[in-house]
Amino acid sequence: MFDPVKIKAQHVDFFYGNQQALKDISMDIDVGRVTAIIGPSGCGKSTFIRLLNRMNDLVAHTVLRGHIYLEGQDIFSPAVDPVEIRRRVGMVFQKPNPFPKSIFENIAYGLEVNGYRDRDVIEERVVMSLKKAALWEEVKERLRDSALKLSGGQQQRLCIARCLAVAPEVLLFDEPCASLDPISTAKIEELILELKKDYTIAIVTHNMQQAARVSDRTAFFLLGELVEMGETQHIFTAPKDKRTEAYITGRFG
Amino acid sequence: MKRNFTQTLGFTFLFSSLALTLLVLFSIIYFIGVRGFRVLSWTFLTQAPRQAMTAGGVAPAIVGTFYLALIAILFSLPLALACAIYLCEYSPKGWVVNFIRVGINNLAGVPSVVFGLFGLAIFVKFLKFGVSMLSGGLTLGILVLPVIISAAQEALLAVPHSIREASLALGATQWQTIRRIVLPAALPGILTGIVLSIGRVVGETAPILFTAAAFYLRGFPKSVFSEVMALPYHIYALMTEGTHPKEQTGMAYGCSLVLLLLVLAISALAVFLRQRQRGRFHV
Repeated sequence: MFDPVKIKAQHVDFFYGNQQALKDISMDIDVGRVTAIIGPSGCGKSTFIRLLNRMNDLVAHTVLRGHIYLEGQDIFSPAVDPVEIRRRVGMVFQKPNPFPKSIFENIAYGLEVNGYRDRDVIEERVVMSLKKAALWEEVKERLRDSALKLSGGQQQRLCIARCLAVAPEVLLFDEPCASLDPISTAKIEELILELKKDYTIAIVTHNMQQAARVSDRTAFFLLGELVEMGETQHIFTAPKDKRTEAYITGRFG
Repeated sequence: MKRNFTQTLGFTFLFSSLALTLLVLFSIIYFIGVRGFRVLSWTFLTQAPRQAMTAGGVAPAIVGTFYLALIAILFSLPLALACAIYLCEYSPKGWVVNFIRVGINNLAGVPSVVFGLFGLAIFVKFLKFGVSMLSGGLTLGILVLPVIISAAQEALLAVPHSIREASLALGATQWQTIRRIVLPAALPGILTGIVLSIGRVVGETAPILFTAAAFYLRGFPKSVFSEVMALPYHIYALMTEGTHPKEQTGMAYGCSLVLLLLVLAISALAVFLRQRQRGRFHV
């Protein structure tokens, strides 16, 4: 039986020390669709998305209650290896964060740490990932150059390519365009629409137009709570909750 | 008017302080340089002292200093690096780690002669290494442990958190992240720490006083259990021997110049490495 739900969060509470960042979040992320998470700064949207690949394990003094399932498996169960979860659920961060290595090495690294040894296979995957991330044409002549020489937008696409190389099932984007110019932003958005064919995608953004442009479903977070979630079209045209309406019409945020 | 006057006064004071400091530095270099240069020669650098240290050279001391530094770094580098990696990357943040940090910093403040006594008690007597290159090298190694740990910690902390996250998010383990991403990025900073500590080891006298140093040796050390001559201690030996004050003082200046140039060269290397590290994460 086909299960349309890729990731399921159930009654998730999350605390940084004594401070509650997420309150009773329950939501589904559907297979093969783009789910946008919107909300004002500090609403917990980044915190939430970072739980989905267990990146928040690295933050000290945090407490999680509730469950998050990846294809029915509780990713916080002690039997689960967070390293494997992170391989399956890739992440692109707010600021482009290429390694201080060459363009080629940036992508090959993920393959190497996941056990790939055959240089031909690695090379092939590097090229394929760069093509998928729409960066190949711009860098094919200089794969051995430092990744730090690329522009911000190119760096971000390199980070996406790096992610794709290890063949994840889900891609998480944590405000991927926050530090980019409008043209680079447009390229990333185009790319997200393209990638949606092969991957399940969740994107955190504070840019409502971006959410409207790229997503199929939208979740609106406010002060650590999930206020409303639904088809993007409905959220933006006929929100049920007054607070959602106030936010998308720009009355706060 | 009054504000401008105060400003001029302030700048004048700041500039004079700087000028005075530079003056002191250059006087030392000039003083040692001129007097040392008189005795400096190929013979001086390549031969052992002769005729009650009034002739010949300081080659055994140069070689001894080199070996001592080598042993010290070989011993302390792996240990210090492991400590720094554990403290920065693995240990849970809390009062225990803070206590350890304070402890390490205090270790750096212990007078070096105390390390010398410690080395005498542990390496020379208890472990029965005798007064030897090994005892002296290990003592110097302990002396620079905190220096390397601090430098390595600083270098590790300077590696942006974002690239650690990037690595982990690709399904790398923490150890893979440290070995393949964090350590290479921190390497120039760690190297700077190593080089600075070599400079420190080369110049220290007190720690080898009871543990390694020989007053006078005819040739080069034969094994790690041999006593050695070392440049800083050789200066002391020359100045306190007192049998031929005129010649021996001259030799001491020559020896000082060699030591000074050695330390300056090492510091220059450290500056070079740090310069390279800067701008590593900026385009």
